[in-house]
Amino acid sequence: MNNFLLLPILIPFFFGMILLFGQKKLGYQRITTLLGLMISIICAFALMLNVNQNGPQIVTFGNWPVPFGITMVSDMVSALLVLTTLVLAFFIVWYGFGSIGKERERFFYYPGVMFIVTGVNGAFTTGDIFNLFVFFEVLLMASYLLIVLGGEKAQLRESIKYILINVISSALFVITVAYLYSVVGTLNMADISVKIAEINQPGIVTVIAVLFLMVFGMKAAIFPLYFWLPSAYAAPPIPVLALFGALLTKVGVYAIMRTYTLFFTHDLAYTHELLLILSILTIVAGSIGALAHFDVKQIIIYNIVIAVGVILFGVAQMNEAALEGAVFYLIHDMIIKAALFMLIGIIIYVTGTTNLRKMGGLMGNYPALGWFYLIAALGLAGVPPLSGFIGKLLIVQGGFQAGNVWTSIFILASSLVVLLSVIRIFIYAFWGEQGQLSSTMNKSTYNLLFFPTIGLVLVSILYGVGTEIIQPFMNEASKVLSDPSIYSDAVLKGGK
Amino acid sequence: MKINNVILQFTAKFVFFIIFFFAVHIFFAGHYTPGGGFVGGLVTASAIVLLIIAFDLNTVQKLLPINYIYVVAVGLILALGTAAFSMFVGEPFFTHFFDYFYLPLFGKTSLHTAALFDLGVYLVVVGVTMTIIQTIGEDE
Repeated sequence: MNNFLLLPILIPFFFGMILLFGQKKLGYQRITTLLGLMISIICAFALMLNVNQNGPQIVTFGNWPVPFGITMVSDMVSALLVLTTLVLAFFIVWYGFGSIGKERERFFYYPGVMFIVTGVNGAFTTGDIFNLFVFFEVLLMASYLLIVLGGEKAQLRESIKYILINVISSALFVITVAYLYSVVGTLNMADISVKIAEINQPGIVTVIAVLFLMVFGMKAAIFPLYFWLPSAYAAPPIPVLALFGALLTKVGVYAIMRTYTLFFTHDLAYTHELLLILSILTIVAGSIGALAHFDVKQIIIYNIVIAVGVILFGVAQMNEAALEGAVFYLIHDMIIKAALFMLIGIIIYVTGTTNLRKMGGLMGNYPALGWFYLIAALGLAGVPPLSGFIGKLLIVQGGFQAGNVWTSIFILASSLVVLLSVIRIFIYAFWGEQGQLSSTMNKSTYNLLFFPTIGLVLVSILYGVGTEIIQPFMNEASKVLSDPSIYSDAVLKGGK
Repeated sequence: MKINNVILQFTAKFVFFIIFFFAVHIFFAGHYTPGGGFVGGLVTASAIVLLIIAFDLNTVQKLLPINYIYVVAVGLILALGTAAFSMFVGEPFFTHFFDYFYLPLFGKTSLHTAALFDLGVYLVVVGVTMTIIQTIGEDE
């Protein structure tokens, strides 16, 4: 029993509540949000060190015995993701000061951010499959607010689609959990893992596995369920887009990762083969989108889809190297996507357009912006020693070990497409003739946007260069993923 | 043309209190029998909605000058505070406490921290329902 692991969930929740007061006082809203996130980051960091020293941390609500109460489990995977989430939220909120607009700030933007962080961290931490649904709903409710906040025409149009898709997938989620419950008779994730192993995954459980893939795939935007994502994500302003792009799809990816390594590990030839095929198709679909568009937002949004495919390819290999790579790449992708969205947000602010063809020649006036963009772009593509390299290397290594030679080579080739798509932005926006420039731009807002962005790019560089220091944590995470008994033993035997 | 709704207005003044006290009854019945904060909150909100139908939005806002978003926030803090209290005495989050007390008039009564949590739920439900109804009502 250790309540400490709840703090990174409860502190943002509490700060979200007190932010409901003083709706119009901007200074109070901004400072309280940053303060809340800062305290949460410290707690999450301490939690990560604790998990590293003492193994997975468990708490079961209300002092109920373990398979019956709702258990919260913080193993290395969830501790790392929780810390990343909070750090990203901190930088995105800071960035938002310069770009979200006072109207939105006065209308519960900050409580929305805090509640979304609560939901995301809860989803990463929970050890109960129905509770996972509850935290999905928490983050979705907050995301409904953020996507529609501001009430622009595009936002209203897209939010209807977004809500519809998510209501349908949530309904499917509950139905699937009910199926699973009717087969194994428990909701505790560790207990489910043990029970499925006991009955040796009959056909019906494989069907449930595919249903889970559909439910989480809808949120994670895998092929062919990603259709709603590009237009829905393009509607809200950049900070919200960064928050969604960096966090929300990754919760779906995490849920697939968790269920496919903890529950459904006895019929790999079917479930993981399916996951492998879908991940390849996801990469293909994402690559086509990323190369076809001339809208900077859309290019980066389609890169989310590609990254989801790469991570799930790692999960589908189901060996320790690939899983370590998947965790490495997952966290890399969260950081770098947030950084890229912030960077293109600045480019859009400076030029006043999202159309690449109208941009050009920014290198003369904004050299620092150009170089940081180039670093982030190379990091995304996985050029060593930047952050994407080690994750992709391990995923491909795992792919070769599992005997999927051609698909692994395909993953490597997809890096080139990723590089091409983001370098295209660099070439069009920073080189050549002077293109369109925004007339309303001022230097202090530019700086307000620029500093948090640099901060996040530096975090991503440190993540790449400091691989040596991070590697033990990642290794721990991949052990938990590749051996489900570590997780279930910690919960069922150690959870007192 | 103004509709003559004297009977509705007269009845609503009484029925409001009947509904409200029934909500209180449901709220306290909640722990061992069907009921609780969620249903109690909905019934209370329906009582206020009855007033809004009988009179109008502005009159009721003057009558009950409450910012319902603050009601939601207070409810959330109360619920979280009750749940988090056990963390400070070294028990897992959400552990509840109860004991039996002899109160004058009531006799032997069980007092439960879960009731405080339920009060939080009650406030959140009233707050959310009324915020939704007021926001939709204002747009006319």
